[in-house]
Amino acid sequence: MAPVAPRSGDAIFANIERVNAELFTLTYGAIVRQLLTDLEEVEEVNKQLEQMGYNIGIRLIDEFLAKSNVSRCVDFRETADVIAKVGFKMFLGVTASVSNWDAEGTCCSIILEDNPLVDFVELPDTCQGLYYCNILSGVIRGALEMVSMKTEVTWIHDVLRGDDVFELQVKLLKQVPEEYPYKDDE
Amino acid sequence: MQFFGGSEISPSPPVPTASGNNGHMIYMFNRNGVCLLYREWNPPLRTLNAQQDHKLMFGLLFSLKSLTVKMDPTSAEKGNLGVPQLPGQGCSFHSFRTNTYKLSFMESPSGIKIILVTHPRTGDLWDSLKYIYNLYVEYVVKNPLYTPGSPIRCQLFNTTLDQYMRGIA
Repeated sequence: MAPVAPRSGDAIFANIERVNAELFTLTYGAIVRQLLTDLEEVEEVNKQLEQMGYNIGIRLIDEFLAKSNVSRCVDFRETADVIAKVGFKMFLGVTASVSNWDAEGTCCSIILEDNPLVDFVELPDTCQGLYYCNILSGVIRGALEMVSMKTEVTWIHDVLRGDDVFELQVKLLKQVPEEYPYKDDE
Repeated sequence: MQFFGGSEISPSPPVPTASGNNGHMIYMFNRNGVCLLYREWNPPLRTLNAQQDHKLMFGLLFSLKSLTVKMDPTSAEKGNLGVPQLPGQGCSFHSFRTNTYKLSFMESPSGIKIILVTHPRTGDLWDSLKYIYNLYVEYVVKNPLYTPGSPIRCQLFNTTLDQYMRGIA
C-alpha cells in the first residue's frame, strides 16, 4: 500500500467548500463587537477570543488531518511550515511564511501579509489594547495541543496597531507523549 | 497471527459462503482512551461486558503499537519498551489477521483511533479507514452539539456509517 502524499494547500483550498469572504469578515466583526459590548474590558475580550479559538482549534485539527493527509511532523520546524503553507492556505486562503527561528528551533514567527479577518477594520481609540485576531492564536494553540504539543502563541506585530504585517510568535513549550490512560488496578 | 497483513501469499481456501461473514464491528477511541464509538453489524458473541471490552481493546492496541515501533528494523532510534510515544511517531501498525477475523487499525496524529473488525478475507482497508475518518470529521467534529472527547451520539453519523459499511461488506 503506497502512502498517500500530503496534498498541497492550494489543491485542498480549490476543492473545499467556501463561503463569501465578506460574510466571513463581517460575521467575525460582529462577534468581536458583541464581545466588546458584553465584556467591556479589552483584556477580557482578548482572553475570550483566544478561548474561542482554542475550542475551534481542537476540532479543526481533525479536519485538517483528514483533508490534507499530512503524517506526523518530524520536528517543530516542519510543523511550523505545515501550519503556514498548508493550514493557513486551506482555511483562510492566504499563504503565510515562517521566519525568526531561535537557536533551539522551538520558537518561530509566522507572518501573514494578508488577513481576511481584518478587511474594513479600524480600531477606535477606546480599543487600543485589543488583539483583534486573537482567535487565530487560540486556533493554533488548540490544534497543536491535540497533536501533543503545548505551545504559547502571541502577537508580535499587528497591522491594526500600525505595523506592516501580522506576525504571530509560536513557541513550543513541550511535547506531551501519550500515556496509558487507565490505572493498572482498574 | 500475521502482522502487517498485506502482501503475504496464502493458498486460497474455498471462500466461506453465507456462514463466513463474521461480525463486522467498529471501535473508535480518542487519545485518552475514551471509547467514542462502538457499533456492530452482525452480532458476534459477547463474552465481556462492554466497559471491559473497550479497555481491553484499547490496551491491546496501545501495547501493540508500542511493540511494533520498538521492533522496527528500519528506524534508527529506539527508546526503551514502555516509553510513551507521540501518536503517529515511528512506524504504524495497520492490521492483524487471525483465522476467524481481521482487525484493521488507523490512528491519526491527533490520537483518534479507528478499528474495524471484519472477516478474514477482506483486503486492505486503509482507504476505508481514511474515509471513515473523513465521515467523523464531517458529521461529528463539525457538529456544534458534540463535545469533543465524549461518546458519539450523532444519528446522522451512525446512519451514514452503516450505509458505507454495508457497501463495502
